[in-house]
Amino acid sequence: MNSYLVALVGSLLVLAGIFELLRRRQLSEKYAVLWLVVGVLLLVLTIFPRLLSSVSRAVGIAIPTNLLFFVGIVFLIGVCLHLSWEMSRLENETRKLAEDLAILRLELLELRGGEPRYPEPGQQELVADESAGRPAQD
Amino acid sequence: MPKDAHRDRALIVVPAWNEEQCVGATIAEIHRALPDAAVLVVDDGSTDRTVAVARAAGARVLELSYNLGVGGAMRAGFRYAVRNGYTAAVQVDADGQHNPHDLPVLLAKLAEADVVIGSRFAVRDDYQVGGPRRWAMVLLAKVMSRLAHTRLTDTTSGFRATGPRALPLFAEHYPVEYLGDTVESLVIALRAGCRVVEVPARMRARRGGRPSHRPIKAGIYLVRATFALLLALVRRWDVTVDLPPLPVLPEVESGITQ
Repeated sequence: MNSYLVALVGSLLVLAGIFELLRRRQLSEKYAVLWLVVGVLLLVLTIFPRLLSSVSRAVGIAIPTNLLFFVGIVFLIGVCLHLSWEMSRLENETRKLAEDLAILRLELLELRGGEPRYPEPGQQELVADESAGRPAQD
Repeated sequence: MPKDAHRDRALIVVPAWNEEQCVGATIAEIHRALPDAAVLVVDDGSTDRTVAVARAAGARVLELSYNLGVGGAMRAGFRYAVRNGYTAAVQVDADGQHNPHDLPVLLAKLAEADVVIGSRFAVRDDYQVGGPRRWAMVLLAKVMSRLAHTRLTDTTSGFRATGPRALPLFAEHYPVEYLGDTVESLVIALRAGCRVVEVPARMRARRGGRPSHRPIKAGIYLVRATFALLLALVRRWDVTVDLPPLPVLPEVESGITQ
């Protein structure tokens, strides 16, 4: 019974944590749904531990925990793959931003006649080297 | 089409990463070889005085916020070229390995192809490689020649000219991964229906740095190059070019069957 309580409190904490992240807008909606489903499933399995046994019997797995591990591992692999994909996409997006930023910086410099005009204290880094005095050529 | 049609609207793109020693001399050489061409140095997040030296030498400088690699630097260059209406872009490495004297040859060849590679192997000179690195280059050359329907000997050469048809393509899709800027970009161009040819170009020893010829490194290179090639071949590229294909000039008709 004690372990039952620990598991119940644990599942509730996980669910509360996910909900809190979502509430503070730290988790975008597309991930929030995924993790909420995971949290709820966890809670349901904690409250009705027999559910796992009956499901594993139905699927034909002798030891119920093996079903849990199997599903868990497949799920985690899926999440990892998804994150790699997201990251590749984000990387490509930041690269494009960096490239376009460089182009805009040059165009700004040329618009200003190649001279750093009265750099504000906050943006000293813009073209503050000695080479900037040279006029841009077209 | 006149032979030097692209000369007046050619942008020479020089990707540079911490090349303050060489970039000035390289720019000066480019100016000597092509007095009216615009030179754009793409500073790939250098921490030395590359930007200052390049500006002092009279080049325009794109300053990337952080290091993107050659592929990212070149794509920035291509994007700049497209944005500013250039009809051709030529990559020249800042380290002096590519000889700017060959620039007019590369640009002239753009009259009959969309991508022109300056090949290190098409001339017999001091550029020699052996071992696994050599096998990798031979493998790449074999596969790419078959894809391009013309003989390509040096697919990993960075010394290449890009014409008006391939330029918008590269501005959008230039690969940034390992060997992507050389091998995969050719695959993309060919898939889009561009014509790729090569001309002999004499390479020089790098002024700074040193190419790696150690066996283990060369072995890793072989594996990575093979992987990069396979990846490039199986990847989907839904790409097309807008402009009509270039006419096949009579004197090279036998060599190029697009």
